[in-house]
Amino acid sequence: MTVLDLLGADDATDVVPPVVELRGAARQFPGDPPVNALHPADLQVRAGEYLSVVGPSGSGKSTLLNLLGLLDRPSSGEYLVDGIPTAQAGERERAAVRAQHIGFVFQAFHLLPHRTVLENVLLATIYSGVPRTERRDRAAEALDRVGLTHRLDFRPTVLSGGERQRTAVARAVVSQPRVLLADEPTGNLDSESSAAVLELFDELHADGLTLLVITHEDDVSARAQRRVRITDGHLRELA
Amino acid sequence: MTAVAQRVPRGDRFGAGDLLAEAAAGIGARPGRLMLTILGTVLGIASVVVTVGLAQTAAGQINKQFDAVAATQGAAEAATSSLGGDELALGTLPWDAPERAERLNGVEAAGLVSEIEAEGLEVTTVPVHDPSASRTASTPVMATSAGALAALDGRVVQGRYFDAGHDQRGDRVVVLGADAADRLGVVRVDRQPSIFIGERAYQVIGVVDDVVRRTDLLSAVILPNGTARADLGLTVPQELHLHLQVGAGPLVGSQLPTALSPDAPEKVKVGVPTGGSAVQRSVQADISAIFLALGGVALLIGGVGIANVTLLSVLERVGEIGLRRALGATRRQIAAQFMVESVVVGMLGGLVGAALGVAVVTAVSAASRWTPILDLRMVAVAALSGGLIGLLAGLYPSMKAASIEPISALRGGV
Repeated sequence: MTVLDLLGADDATDVVPPVVELRGAARQFPGDPPVNALHPADLQVRAGEYLSVVGPSGSGKSTLLNLLGLLDRPSSGEYLVDGIPTAQAGERERAAVRAQHIGFVFQAFHLLPHRTVLENVLLATIYSGVPRTERRDRAAEALDRVGLTHRLDFRPTVLSGGERQRTAVARAVVSQPRVLLADEPTGNLDSESSAAVLELFDELHADGLTLLVITHEDDVSARAQRRVRITDGHLRELA
Repeated sequence: MTAVAQRVPRGDRFGAGDLLAEAAAGIGARPGRLMLTILGTVLGIASVVVTVGLAQTAAGQINKQFDAVAATQGAAEAATSSLGGDELALGTLPWDAPERAERLNGVEAAGLVSEIEAEGLEVTTVPVHDPSASRTASTPVMATSAGALAALDGRVVQGRYFDAGHDQRGDRVVVLGADAADRLGVVRVDRQPSIFIGERAYQVIGVVDDVVRRTDLLSAVILPNGTARADLGLTVPQELHLHLQVGAGPLVGSQLPTALSPDAPEKVKVGVPTGGSAVQRSVQADISAIFLALGGVALLIGGVGIANVTLLSVLERVGEIGLRRALGATRRQIAAQFMVESVVVGMLGGLVGAALGVAVVTAVSAASRWTPILDLRMVAVAALSGGLIGLLAGLYPSMKAASIEPISALRGGV
């Protein structure tokens, strides 16, 4: 069930474009022989969906994530974000789409060690064009949402793994993206912290955020409402 | 896609303020490394400032001393040629050379000085030939014009110097140098003592001292030119001494040969001080050339140092660069950030170096009791050139940073 279903807009699919849409997108890496990391794939993720992509290592998960996150371009086919074609778009436009439409959460957190938790979250606001006067309030609000209000002025180096990942989630949602892309979000966490982060994802989903989680762990992918399996570069929808 | 770009008001996009803040945070993250990074630039800029500052100070100092003693001294004599092994005078100075010279602008006093070298010219206080007396070094005899004492900065300590009247009439009067007076036992001139040159008696009318420009006069018996010509066979004057106004050297030097020898100016050899500014320039040029080269080398090393550390910082922060790209930074914004970091580091080095240089110039001047002279514009230029060095040093690392692919950067994991 999607947000659109809840709104009772059955025919809205014809009007509102999907948040992300792959149209025959493929990625081939040059070599001898060339490596087909992703075979031509079609995928639509609508607003409010919680989708997981599951697959073993080497299956093409990372290639798919890079395409979805506009960190890489498809070799062929088209990729649309909010109906905007991006495959042939210029570097600046793709950067702008990344900044305003997509929030990233990485396995390795990627927090700046010399900045405070608040400053790390603020970093996302300067590139996504959040009005200057609102930046601090928005960052504090995002950190409140992930339950880190008491850690604003700490450096990430003194935080636990779970707290670091929650900081990263706050950074990903502070610019109010259309979709949250998470790459093995629990890969570096113990089970307790993993549960807390997945709980947070459920809450964000309940608030209407579109989530796309890439993982090799079945229990993580099981939390999603819709699941896609990737094997040897082939995407397959799971019932 | 312009729709996306337009959604963000201009003032809230990643701007100069954000750029500076991010660069400052990047620099401030490692204060210890910053010190090492700017060290090369600090030393380079400081050595340039010290070089130029000390050159200016020293030139000012030299100029001051130079003015006091040498800048007012000049001389002229007949040019010579060494054709055939003998020194041959090509011409002669006229007897009225002092009058001709004093007509020139910048000449305050002029006087002729000649040595008289005649055989058997003995100077005694009594005209008695005493074969038993031990031979002593003979007292030199010299002839001058009346104004020579002023031209030579001498001082009369007793009696008077002879005047133009004595000179024209060929009066048998002499003035003694202070050492000669001692040797001849002349203590007081008011008793009108006489000395003998050969067989002739001459009345001593004065004693002179402090003739710093021609110290050989101190041990000599000095006659008026006219007297020397009449009695001792002086035929041509030897040397014209001049007392010049400060800075008049170049002007007098160009005019004096024509004044003394209108038909053949090349036959007069003139020695005058070069202008003060010319001396200052040449001193500055000598010192500056060496030390500016050293400073340049230090600056080059400083620039390479900044480039190295910035490149190292880029490689260390690959993850951060990938993250910023993922958060929406363009390649240009990444390049700009590292560029600004490099420029700021360079300018810091320039500022610290300029301050250090000024301190050294002041300290050296204070220790040597000189007046420190330093062009303040040069200090500002030095600080700015630190920024320029940072700019050049940051070019390659910035390009490197901009070329980092976010995928590989984020996969590395930090």
